[in-house]
Amino acid sequence: MSRYLPWLAGLALVLLPFVYRAPYPLHILIIILIWSFAYTSWSVMGRFGLVSLGHGGFMGVGAYTTALLWNFKAVSPWLGIPLAMAAAGLLAVVVAYPCFRFRITGHYFALVTLALSGIVLQVITATRDYTGGSLGYTPERYRGGSSLYAVQFGSKTTWYLVALAVWAVGLYVWHRVDRSMMRYALEAISEDEDAAAAAGVHVTAEKLKITVLSAMMTALAGALYCQYQMFVSPDTVSGIAISLQMVFAVVVGGIYVSLGPTVGAVITILLAEVLRISFGTRAVGWDNLVYGVLLVLFIVFLPKGILGSVLDLGRSRGLAPPPRVGAPAA
Amino acid sequence: MAIFDVFLLEAVINGVLLGGVLALLSLGLNLIFGVIDVVWICYAELVMFGMYGMYFLYTVYHWPILLAAAASIAGVAVMGVLLHLLVIAPLLGSAPINQLLATGGVLFFLQSVATVLFGVEFRNLGLRLPVLKAAGMFVSYSRLLAFAVALVGMVAVYLFLQRTYVGAAIRAIAQDRQIMTLMGVDTRRIYVVTSALGGALAGLASCLLVLLYDVHPFVGLTFGPITFLICVLGGLGNFGGGFVAAFVFAEIISLGGLYLDLEWGYVFAFAFFIVMMFVRPEGLMARRS
Amino acid sequence: MLELRSVHAGYGSFQALFDVSLEVRQGEAVGVIGPNGAGKTTLMRVISGLIRPTGGSITMESTDLIATPAHRIVGLGIAHVPESRRLFPRMSVEDNLKMGGFMGSARPKYHDRLDFVFDLFPRLRERRRQLAGTMSGGEQQMCAIGRALMSDPKLLLLDEPSAGLAPVIVEQVFDLVQRIRAGGLNVLIVEQNVQQVLRVVDRAYLLKAGSIRAAGPAATLLESASLREAYLGV
Repeated sequence: MSRYLPWLAGLALVLLPFVYRAPYPLHILIIILIWSFAYTSWSVMGRFGLVSLGHGGFMGVGAYTTALLWNFKAVSPWLGIPLAMAAAGLLAVVVAYPCFRFRITGHYFALVTLALSGIVLQVITATRDYTGGSLGYTPERYRGGSSLYAVQFGSKTTWYLVALAVWAVGLYVWHRVDRSMMRYALEAISEDEDAAAAAGVHVTAEKLKITVLSAMMTALAGALYCQYQMFVSPDTVSGIAISLQMVFAVVVGGIYVSLGPTVGAVITILLAEVLRISFGTRAVGWDNLVYGVLLVLFIVFLPKGILGSVLDLGRSRGLAPPPRVGAPAA
Repeated sequence: MAIFDVFLLEAVINGVLLGGVLALLSLGLNLIFGVIDVVWICYAELVMFGMYGMYFLYTVYHWPILLAAAASIAGVAVMGVLLHLLVIAPLLGSAPINQLLATGGVLFFLQSVATVLFGVEFRNLGLRLPVLKAAGMFVSYSRLLAFAVALVGMVAVYLFLQRTYVGAAIRAIAQDRQIMTLMGVDTRRIYVVTSALGGALAGLASCLLVLLYDVHPFVGLTFGPITFLICVLGGLGNFGGGFVAAFVFAEIISLGGLYLDLEWGYVFAFAFFIVMMFVRPEGLMARRS
Repeated sequence: MLELRSVHAGYGSFQALFDVSLEVRQGEAVGVIGPNGAGKTTLMRVISGLIRPTGGSITMESTDLIATPAHRIVGLGIAHVPESRRLFPRMSVEDNLKMGGFMGSARPKYHDRLDFVFDLFPRLRERRRQLAGTMSGGEQQMCAIGRALMSDPKLLLLDEPSAGLAPVIVEQVFDLVQRIRAGGLNVLIVEQNVQQVLRVVDRAYLLKAGSIRAAGPAATLLESASLREAYLGV
């Protein structure tokens, strides 16, 4: 029975928008799915100890490249998105290669990536003549906003299915990495780089591969977000806040579990929406304040994340499978 | 051609002056990392609060400026201690990612508190200091003052570290943490002292920065990343390296701002950083990673 | 002075010391010998507070050491010279010595103690500004001992002072220990090098695999069969 559970759940998810059509909840679900995909993309490298605080930069590259190519060069997002993903991949190589080659890890790596997302934001602001700077940027509507060619869909149901499909692909990629030799190589690297190198692992190459993969997936998330909202601004997709949010959500949801980032997305987005609605126009910034406090408390008291802690509880009662060998403690 | 040179020289000089303040900023961050082995991601937000402190005490409540500065410095020092006791200390044993994230959460928190308390408008200290004119160049007095005070601050910290027992303990902890108790050093107390010192340096930097820039809740995003880059390029925990790197970055920013928008200065600085990683990785060699 | 009774200690699930009892009486120099991995360093660490025992009692002149916070133990007169010296490499000799005298009650005596240490180790006086990490092994050992002496201790704990040193330097180190001892300081030394340590101590214990196998005056222990068996397994 439990073998069919994921399939049944999947089917239920696919059928959902046909049964329940209220636009606002669908909108929230779409947002959750897109961000879940983004967070999953981060965790593809984050789970191996490659903590990047700069993924907001990749999202920004994905979003803006796609939108700019469409507006200025009439390049359809079908081509624009792959190009944006390639751009993000290239950026990842440029920044990550010297880091890995010269053994810049841990705190150093986190700070370099943090600076990266800050710099991407600066570039977007500096090129304001093209990008609109902090005021944001809008891709031009094509044929009334409903066009497969322009990857613009008027119907929320369509977007829901697109987001669901991409999210599922993200999980698939996560699982493929999980079952690959790359995973063992990266886990060895995260435990002891020298020992791994001595055992024949091409440390720099492996780390670079996973980083590029993660960056490209994140760029896709950014592009999708832009296409859905039909608007991007530097602080909604790039910058330090987004980068931190990504890491928070994954840590809250559970970094070593495939659905962890999704759980994290559900929690953080619903929380943000609830706070935004209840504080509403009364006070600007209160929602982020509560959000920030809760997140610090999470880190201090639940370092394994919610899903990770729940699984631990499940394990101790024999309900969940034991952790995979080699999975380091959070 | 002569005019061109003057502007260039002016930018170079302004770069040096800016470098002093950036060096002070990176000193605080380096101190915390070298001693406690944690990075305060929210360091720039502490500075932001110090700047608000100066604004309110001096501009709104008309305190004498030196008193306002002293109070701001003390206030941020207290914030540093609270940050350590409430957030860092409980996480000292856990994975570095948790420590980074926790201070990241505090970053959110501080930005939000500032937004709620002060609103998003830009505030200016309102202190108009004269501009000196020399050899066709304009150098603002506030920049000179900031530079001078930053230097004095760094010398004071240097003397403290070299001449006092606590200063020696702070230097020692960074080199061998485990045996400190053998010499009667209570490491927890040293951490608190270091946090206070790091906070005080942030406070001092904020007093200087508020002379030069407007304050708003997100001002930390402007110089935060640069401070991190400076520390990494100089070597986290390496005070001398950070000092040199600060001036190098300041020059790049100043010169970049001369020919293009200010933001491009930061972009060039980052590009320079990437290039440096290839060219002189020893400059980035961590004593611990 | 120092008394250990039935001390058990270890690292996590690994137990290193089993039911260890020993004492250092006033005016004595005591040695603890044993092969590699016997638990000698663990013994030192448990006394100086770097690790906590899981059972038993440790007292120094009737003060319970286990109940004392680690950083206060040096205040009770116990100074530990750790294994492999553990100097602060990027600090000068003088700064290292200064750290030795960090303790509140040692600070007023700083200059007197500094003179004492420099008289004992004239080489250190020459190199007072040199970075400790750049000195030779023997010089580092002298500096480490000097650092411990800065707190004017009653009991000096020496952990494997001969480790990593050339034989001729080892001789010098132990000559030094004898001189310090002659000055009235109590010493507890753990060592692998049996010959050297048994010539400077009055009594010794034999530690193997975490428990005391033999104890007695230095001379008799040197001859004993249990010593041969512990080291050579015959």
